[in-house]
Amino acid sequence: MKTSLSWLRDYVELPADLTVEQLDDALTNLGMEVESIVDQAATVKGDLVVGKVLTIEELTGFKKPIRFCTVDVGKAVPQEIVCGARNFAVGDLVAVILPGGELPGGFKIGARKTYGHNSNGMICSAAELGLGTDHSGIIVLPAGSAVPGADARPAVGLDDILVEVEITPDRGYEMSLRGLARELSYAFEAAFTDPALVPAPGGTAEPPHGVTVEDTVGCDRFSARVVRGIDPHASSPAWMQRRLVAAGIRTISLPVDITNYLMLELGQPMHVFDLNRLSGPLVVRRARPGEKLTTLDGVARVLDAEDMVICDDTGPISLAAVMGGETSEWQPDTVDVLLEAAHWDPVMVGRTARRHKLFSEAAKRWERGVDPSLTLAALERAVQILTTHAGGTVDERVLDLDHVREPEVILLDPALPAQRIGLPYPADRVVELLTRIGCTVAGVEPLEVTPPTWRPDLLAPIDLVEEVARLGGYNDIPSLLPPARGGSGVTPAQRRRRTIGRALAENGYVEVLSYPFVAPGLFDALGYPEDDPRRSAVRLTNPLSEEEPLLRTSLLAPLLGTLKRNLGRGQRDLALYEIGSVFLPGGSTTPPPAMGVDRRPSDADWAAANAFLPAQPWHLAAVLTGEIEPSGWWGPGRTATWSDAVEAARIALEAAGMTADRVSVAAAELAPWHPGRCAAISVDGVVIGHAGELHPAVISALELPKRTVATELDLTAIPAAPVVQGVRISSFPPALIDVALVLDRAVPAARVEAALAEGAGELLESVALFDVYESDQLGAGKRSLAYKLTFRAPDRTLTSEEALAARDAAVAAVASKFGATLRGA
Amino acid sequence: MSYRNDPYDPKQAALLSPDALSSAVERAGEDFAAASDLDALGALKPAHLGDRSPVSLARREIGSLPPAAKADAGKRVNLVRQEIQAAFDERHAALEVERAAKVLVEERVDVTLPWDRRPRGARHPITTLMEHMGDLFAGMGYDVVEGPELELEWANFDALNIGPDNPVRGAMDTFYVDLPGLVMRTHTSPGQVRSMLTRQPPIYVVCPGRVYRSDELDATHSPVFHQIEGLVVDEGITMAHLRGTLDHFARAMFGPDARTRWRPHYFPFTEPSAEFDVWFAQHRDGPRWVEWGGCGMVNPRVLVACGIDPDRYSGFAFGMGVDRTLMFRNGVGDMHDLVEGDVRFTANFGMEV
Repeated sequence: MKTSLSWLRDYVELPADLTVEQLDDALTNLGMEVESIVDQAATVKGDLVVGKVLTIEELTGFKKPIRFCTVDVGKAVPQEIVCGARNFAVGDLVAVILPGGELPGGFKIGARKTYGHNSNGMICSAAELGLGTDHSGIIVLPAGSAVPGADARPAVGLDDILVEVEITPDRGYEMSLRGLARELSYAFEAAFTDPALVPAPGGTAEPPHGVTVEDTVGCDRFSARVVRGIDPHASSPAWMQRRLVAAGIRTISLPVDITNYLMLELGQPMHVFDLNRLSGPLVVRRARPGEKLTTLDGVARVLDAEDMVICDDTGPISLAAVMGGETSEWQPDTVDVLLEAAHWDPVMVGRTARRHKLFSEAAKRWERGVDPSLTLAALERAVQILTTHAGGTVDERVLDLDHVREPEVILLDPALPAQRIGLPYPADRVVELLTRIGCTVAGVEPLEVTPPTWRPDLLAPIDLVEEVARLGGYNDIPSLLPPARGGSGVTPAQRRRRTIGRALAENGYVEVLSYPFVAPGLFDALGYPEDDPRRSAVRLTNPLSEEEPLLRTSLLAPLLGTLKRNLGRGQRDLALYEIGSVFLPGGSTTPPPAMGVDRRPSDADWAAANAFLPAQPWHLAAVLTGEIEPSGWWGPGRTATWSDAVEAARIALEAAGMTADRVSVAAAELAPWHPGRCAAISVDGVVIGHAGELHPAVISALELPKRTVATELDLTAIPAAPVVQGVRISSFPPALIDVALVLDRAVPAARVEAALAEGAGELLESVALFDVYESDQLGAGKRSLAYKLTFRAPDRTLTSEEALAARDAAVAAVASKFGATLRGA
Repeated sequence: MSYRNDPYDPKQAALLSPDALSSAVERAGEDFAAASDLDALGALKPAHLGDRSPVSLARREIGSLPPAAKADAGKRVNLVRQEIQAAFDERHAALEVERAAKVLVEERVDVTLPWDRRPRGARHPITTLMEHMGDLFAGMGYDVVEGPELELEWANFDALNIGPDNPVRGAMDTFYVDLPGLVMRTHTSPGQVRSMLTRQPPIYVVCPGRVYRSDELDATHSPVFHQIEGLVVDEGITMAHLRGTLDHFARAMFGPDARTRWRPHYFPFTEPSAEFDVWFAQHRDGPRWVEWGGCGMVNPRVLVACGIDPDRYSGFAFGMGVDRTLMFRNGVGDMHDLVEGDVRFTANFGMEV
């Protein structure tokens, strides 16, 4: 909503010395968002003065006609100015900006030599002063309206303050001067004059034109008046044009400008029909599906059964409340007009506007709610302005089909405002404030409050509480903490994600947060088999990018994109991780049941709705490329390998409180990993993720660096960590024994270690693989695994016999399971 | 007459003479002092304390003395030997100290060489800021709750009094999916709804998380961003409690000078509603009010839809953008930096924000 302060002052007696800051604060505290308050006088800096043209010398020989003028600007010596415009004569009064001044847009004015003459300033057009788009010539002021040298700002209309505010969607009444002025009257406790309070004739038995309203839900009021014989050439008065321009509305013609002007003034959108272009009486009804109407913007629209239309004998001639049609519209030769002021169902208008993507000024007001009591006043104002400026004869008959329901009484406990606001509001103060916003208040306990017709948003007691709080002042509300109730803070799952994130970060991984949107082609690039469940993804029906309409079913997919972006920016050594949700369809196939809002949904409905919701487990993904340990003056670095990806999983699981004995690693084959370099990570025997080197085909398809490695775990699948039990620390010395075992290369180290541990028995404290040696000298397909075994007893120093016996048992277990032999034995 | 039995042979006992003994001490002292290192000193040891050293030879001569003289001679030789040994030990200790000092000098390194062999990673500042915010509310007795990002339309809109005709439900603002009745949550407020459906008052919860709106990415907007939403439902809750909570939170986030300023606003799920600014003294462009979030008293319609008696309970709710908070609090100028995943951006923040 844009307007000017001078216009507001017509209806509210604001302080004469009102500052921009005071106005800004008042509007803000009333609940409007102030987009801008512009003092027009300050938009042109320096001396903008009235000048009287003394001489004009036409300069020739240039590409365009140029005038060299002398202008009386109130100084002893006339000002010499070169000017390109030609729409003025000697003796005319013009607006001159003198050197040192600055026009809107930062255009600085200096004295300069141009076209062979000195030019000390500039004669201004309306466009140059930011007053409009008219570049056609300079402003010529009415003769005798000002004296040379005087400030030209008032003379050209640069003396107002322009206000632009954004209105919240519940307060349609503020989209008018009437509403804004009323609101400002509260802030400044200033007198308010309601422009709608004009004596207006009521509906007459005989209408000026036949109208039938078939759907009184869509249109609960339809009023109309007729004026005949207006001067079709009459133009809108300058004051009206200026106010429309200040409001950002184009001037078109007197009848149309009047409807726009009154829409701004009162908030009542109106329509003007050419009476002679109407065929027969009007019918207001719902459109028939498929009916067509070409609206004023030239678009042929197919109508919906919910749209409301105004029809004559030819069919629909206007898309009601939103936009008129071409056939009945005012034309430059229109002499007889039918002025319409109606009241439309806001829900209907909102749907029609969205359906046809027609967000007109009228539609914006209808959707937010228009005062249904305005139609006759608006018509009276329109008729008055029209006949004043264009003559014509007013038909004394008035059409008014009124089915508007009175606002319902709200029963308000007078104690409620204080109870909700936390500030004392005695009943009389509540009544005073509600009366001030136009409510009628009767009764005592409860108060019987009838909202004014312009406040369709006031429906419940809490809406009245808001008005009391707003007018009472939000910033007077005290600051008080509620009583502490004792909570449990973060959940174990949240704490676990934090710990995992910290552990990875401490180990060199950098967290990123990728968008969860992926392209369908990514599943092929990742090598997912045709029947891979990860191909089944939820699809956005209105994605920002048609290329990435799917929600991720794995974190790795988008994370690889983030990896590439970093590589593209020159990074070579990267360790990234992400913790986030994936979206896995596959729940119930029964769509959510309809659930109302008048009560809690039933447990069955709520459960059914949630069963339909795709599972959204939290995953962890990590990806590594380049050196995980950098090279430096200390020596060469170390390139990340599949084993670092496995380690990332181990870091995460250890941080999640999963002890080593619960975690197992086994060879697996799963896209997008290299089939020979992929580890399935399990907790308590249940696979919760994979780690390893990416498949060469995936690396090639996604153009990733060779040997890029990655991990993905389902964090939600990790069981809850138990309460950690203390261990008994033995103070006796350990016995350390190394063993080197020769086995088939195919035997997984993890299983050898498990067998050693099992065979060694409870004296074994730890087992650590310290060497892997492969050589044909060991025998074809063999390798040697060397372990350091640490034995210790809790209650004594082990004898070497005891330690060796345990060692032998450990080796025997591996020998019997995998045919291992002791190397060198 | 036998030489052997001659109890006193001055020639044979010459080494026992006081002069000889004192000269042995003197020479040993000189030699030890001249030894420049422990090896040299060690090499001198046999000459002065070994079997063939003057003091050892002197000891042998004692046997040739008459019995009456033996005791005295033995005493004198022992004293001399102790003296020489002491000189040796003293010099040895001195040389050891000297050697240790020399080793330390020789082992000196350039401690200014860079040592970033194991680069630290970092956590995303959005993650750590959400955790920080959650912890501040945990300290006030709130539970930190979560909800699904792909959410029931009913929980995201209907239950929050956002009716079917509200424009925010349009495809211009909300992401829809190919499953009926679901949306990408447009705010964390459905977390409130879930809390009210699964808990009994008193309810004190905050819900941080990721939200979605169909806005193109630019310097200040992202289709994916983060919010933290708070909800209190209890008996006797007022707007003053809301203000106190926001002021406390503001001080915890922005320092003791911080406070909030309210502007009346409209939200379907709260009534009365306000937008609030925070006074941020450390803003990099100077102290100022910064738009921070929205708040209000839970609309009784929302309580009803969630099965809570609006006559017995009242509540407040508030929400603010985490990305926006990070941007003004930590001087991040462009939303692109938050979403692109450039490691240089995250690494700058380390483990806390």
